[in-house]
Amino acid sequence: MSNVTIPVGPQHPALKEPASFKITINGERIERADVRLGYNHRGVEKACEERNYIQDIYLIERVCGICSHSHSTAFVLAVEEIAAIEVPKRAFYIRTIIAELERIHSHLLWLGVAGHEIGFDTLLMYSWRDREIVMDILNMLTGNRVNYGINTIGGVRRDITPKQAQEILCGIDKLEERTRYYIELATEEVTLINRLSGVGFLSHEDALHLGAIGPTGRGSAVDRDIRRDDPYLSYPELQFKIVTDDHCDVYGRTLVRVGELMESYGMIRQLLQNIPEGPISVKAPRKIPAGRAFSRYEAPRGEDVHYIQANGTDMPERVKLRAPTLANVQSVARMLENSYLADVPIVVASIDPCFSCTDRMISLRTDGPGEKLMSWPELHAFSLDWNRKNRGIDFTNLNKRLIEKKV
Amino acid sequence: MATQLFYLLIFPGFLFLSAFGLFAEYADRKIYARMQNRIGPPWFQPLADFIKLLGKETIIPESADRRIFLLMPVFALTAAVTSFLYIPMWDTHALVSFNGDAIVVLYLLTIPTVTFFLGGWSSNSMYSTIGAVRSITQLFAYEVPLFMGILAPSLLAGTWSLSEISAFYNAHSWYWLVNLPGLAIALIAVQGKLEKVPFDIPEAETEIVGGTFTEYSGRLLALLRMALDVEMVVVASLLAAVFLPFGLGYAPITGFIIYLIKVFFIIFLMALVRTVLARLRIEQMVNFCWKYLAPAGLLQLVVCLFVKGVMLQ
Repeated sequence: MSNVTIPVGPQHPALKEPASFKITINGERIERADVRLGYNHRGVEKACEERNYIQDIYLIERVCGICSHSHSTAFVLAVEEIAAIEVPKRAFYIRTIIAELERIHSHLLWLGVAGHEIGFDTLLMYSWRDREIVMDILNMLTGNRVNYGINTIGGVRRDITPKQAQEILCGIDKLEERTRYYIELATEEVTLINRLSGVGFLSHEDALHLGAIGPTGRGSAVDRDIRRDDPYLSYPELQFKIVTDDHCDVYGRTLVRVGELMESYGMIRQLLQNIPEGPISVKAPRKIPAGRAFSRYEAPRGEDVHYIQANGTDMPERVKLRAPTLANVQSVARMLENSYLADVPIVVASIDPCFSCTDRMISLRTDGPGEKLMSWPELHAFSLDWNRKNRGIDFTNLNKRLIEKKV
Repeated sequence: MATQLFYLLIFPGFLFLSAFGLFAEYADRKIYARMQNRIGPPWFQPLADFIKLLGKETIIPESADRRIFLLMPVFALTAAVTSFLYIPMWDTHALVSFNGDAIVVLYLLTIPTVTFFLGGWSSNSMYSTIGAVRSITQLFAYEVPLFMGILAPSLLAGTWSLSEISAFYNAHSWYWLVNLPGLAIALIAVQGKLEKVPFDIPEAETEIVGGTFTEYSGRLLALLRMALDVEMVVVASLLAAVFLPFGLGYAPITGFIIYLIKVFFIIFLMALVRTVLARLRIEQMVNFCWKYLAPAGLLQLVVCLFVKGVMLQ
């Protein structure tokens, strides 16, 4: 078979969100991979500039469905820095607990997705069943399974009672036992190892060069974690180690993620043990003084970066956010080189992509190769013409004719 | 003539086999779901799916080879149904039998795979083409171990007729134990034939959407799925007849129940295999089949020859 180009995306069963991978294959081997994003631009940044800070928290929380707390915390931290608000320690602890619970639910979700991508549905069903434990805990603490809405400027909106703390510990114990089982599975199950090891190779140098972050980078022995390198919230007070792995492949990334799960359990135990008494929030001004701040946050998928510029009103002048997928998506093309078509889904999934969070802007280029640009009237005319030619249906002035028919 | 038609069309022919196939699909899905800690579908789900598909629009791609595209699902179902006639169920006699029908059954069971290849190839879509190439590549890998696994018992029995094989093992009660490794080999190999995990490479949905079946819809897809269901029953019956040839020759009702138990046991084993394994890559699959499965099949042949030459004298 000579070279053929296979479209994986924009719509494809392996992708949960629209993104396009044009894979050129020779037989089963990949010759080249082109990555194209930009199918899900939502204009979040602009929308933020037209709302006040409190509204923005809830909008930003909806940037990502999985790491929603990450984005809202990064935003809130930046705003608090500009306004120089002294946030109570207890609020920081509660935010950190939610952050680590979110990491647990995100990594368990990833484990299931990875299982599904390599045709191991049993792993999907098992890990998503166990994920329900952490979802229930989050639901109990915040009232929501996702998009918790616990952050506010100056603190958090809900306290953790001793009874809830007990229930968290109970759930964590169960999850830890299950995670041990998954670690055992990942190190012993032959077909799983066959499908993961050696796949999506990203050398340490390439990972540094392409700026891979989060578990993707740590799976290639890039020892970076914002929680340790640029600590925020209550992380300076916690004992934890950064999990890295030198397999440099999907297997390494899997081990990093399950390892991080174990670390998160330990962190939540420490947090619940040392949580100080006191208020959970302070009153914050509606208008944030002029200034700018930059906040970094280690989300489950890597580093979230938020930049906020305030101008003294109750609305930010500029909000810029970067989701981790943007930093990692470059490395996918490298990982796909010389691998097999069958590995495309798991390699793409191995960076734990979140394309909808990533799309910040689209630029349409009229120069260069590619499909022709069409304006709205042109597209409309094209669609009418196509339907008349291919389907024999005339949609011209459809509304008008429908109204006439009614009359 | 009327009884012949009854045999062919109603029992144990087309109608019974279709119903049995749908029920086997239900059993397979339910067992799979329960082992994955899910509830699973209700008993009528495969039938409901079938009826729903029948009511859907059948879309034939413009660039497809229309004749082959339309014919292949029918061929697949026909081949699978036909092969059932030669397999003994609760008795040591199949509906039709002659010396050499074991080969014919294996040949007929290969036809659905070839039709999947042709159907996928002729639908002229990228995903289907790759699925088609994969299904034919896979065929060359699992077919040889499967043949060796199934033909070893017939070597021991000294006949190429499935009915006579079960008669032989029925008469020599404990010899079927010699063939148990062959059952394991055949069980793994038929996962490839039925395109189930770990060998569901031709229709790996996360890679190539629907694989061979991507462009099929409506009635044609219903037929293809029915063909796969029937094939599953036929394969399970074949394995039961060849490898579990005990409890034959009872009264029809008791015998039939024993037969059902055997078939569902085989289906249970197949569901178990696909629960505990991940999908392999095509080159890993070919490697595995030729490196491990085929030598194991050879070993089974040697064991059978040894038993026949030394112990049966």
